[in-house]
Amino acid sequence: MSRLIPFIGFLLLAGLLGFGIWWNTGHDQTAIPSPLINKPAPDFKLPLLYEPTQTVTRESLLGKAYLLNVFASWCIECGVEHPVLQAAAPTLGVALVGYNYKDAPDDAKAWLATHGNPYSLLMADTSGQTAIDFGVYAAPESFLVDAHGVIRYKHIGPITPEVLDNELKPAIAALPQEPR
Amino acid sequence: MRALLRALLLMTLLLCTSAALAQAIEPLPFKDHAEEVRYQHLTAQLRCPMCQNETLADSNAPIARDLRNQIFQLMQHGQTDAQIKQYLVDRYSEFVLYDPPVARNTWLLWFGPLLILLVGAAAVVATIRKRSRSVTPSMSAATPTALDEGDDW
Repeated sequence: MSRLIPFIGFLLLAGLLGFGIWWNTGHDQTAIPSPLINKPAPDFKLPLLYEPTQTVTRESLLGKAYLLNVFASWCIECGVEHPVLQAAAPTLGVALVGYNYKDAPDDAKAWLATHGNPYSLLMADTSGQTAIDFGVYAAPESFLVDAHGVIRYKHIGPITPEVLDNELKPAIAALPQEPR
Repeated sequence: MRALLRALLLMTLLLCTSAALAQAIEPLPFKDHAEEVRYQHLTAQLRCPMCQNETLADSNAPIARDLRNQIFQLMQHGQTDAQIKQYLVDRYSEFVLYDPPVARNTWLLWFGPLLILLVGAAAVVATIRKRSRSVTPSMSAATPTALDEGDDW
């Protein structure tokens, strides 16, 4: 029996390494869990991309849940998630609000002209200053904000069909019923 | 005349490139050396959320640059190091701290190695006790076969 102990030790180590590989294929190791989940969205005041004289604030968006999608024309993965968002937007059940991140307005407009514009509202954070309050560190990122202005879910990286069906749609379904 | 024009053109070009280079380095307007040292020390203790193996001081990622600027601004507003760290933790979670605080969810991280050491020490003590018990009677009997039993690996 004592001769088996090294072998059992080896099996335990191999099991641990195998678990590590299995875990890493299913989880994005670079995604940082946001401390803002279930907390009120930060205050912000940002201009609209197409009408820079008009501004949007956290208060002006209260009353209806929305999905805040951080994107930029320089972001390659945004082009990957864009068709998914575009197809899903009409049936999502919440408004899709675009957050143009650290982008030249002309680049953003040209990019949207090529790829299509699924956003019902589109604001621009050219400096990226407000994005720090949201804990944004890369695009694309998406925040689900409920009718009371509380962040309920965040996804870092592109929204793939799998993320849409397995995470985003259940999170939208779990939102408290909006006051009508 | 043409040579003069060419020289002038070359000079303008050189001036332009050096201006562009100066812009790329983005020197921060520190008021004294102590402030600069504090800034360097603080940004070296914080982790870039984007390139996760680099400190904010080292990283060249756009977000690291933005956060460095933000830290500088907060320093100008008289915030302490602890306040600045809390500011970043509130937005980017404790992930940004290279030195995680001792809390309930980091107990395993902090004391796990000690736990493993204790388990190892217990195993060593148990083995030594077992061997000394099995070896002593055989020593008195002085049978070579019994001596071998304890050392097969």
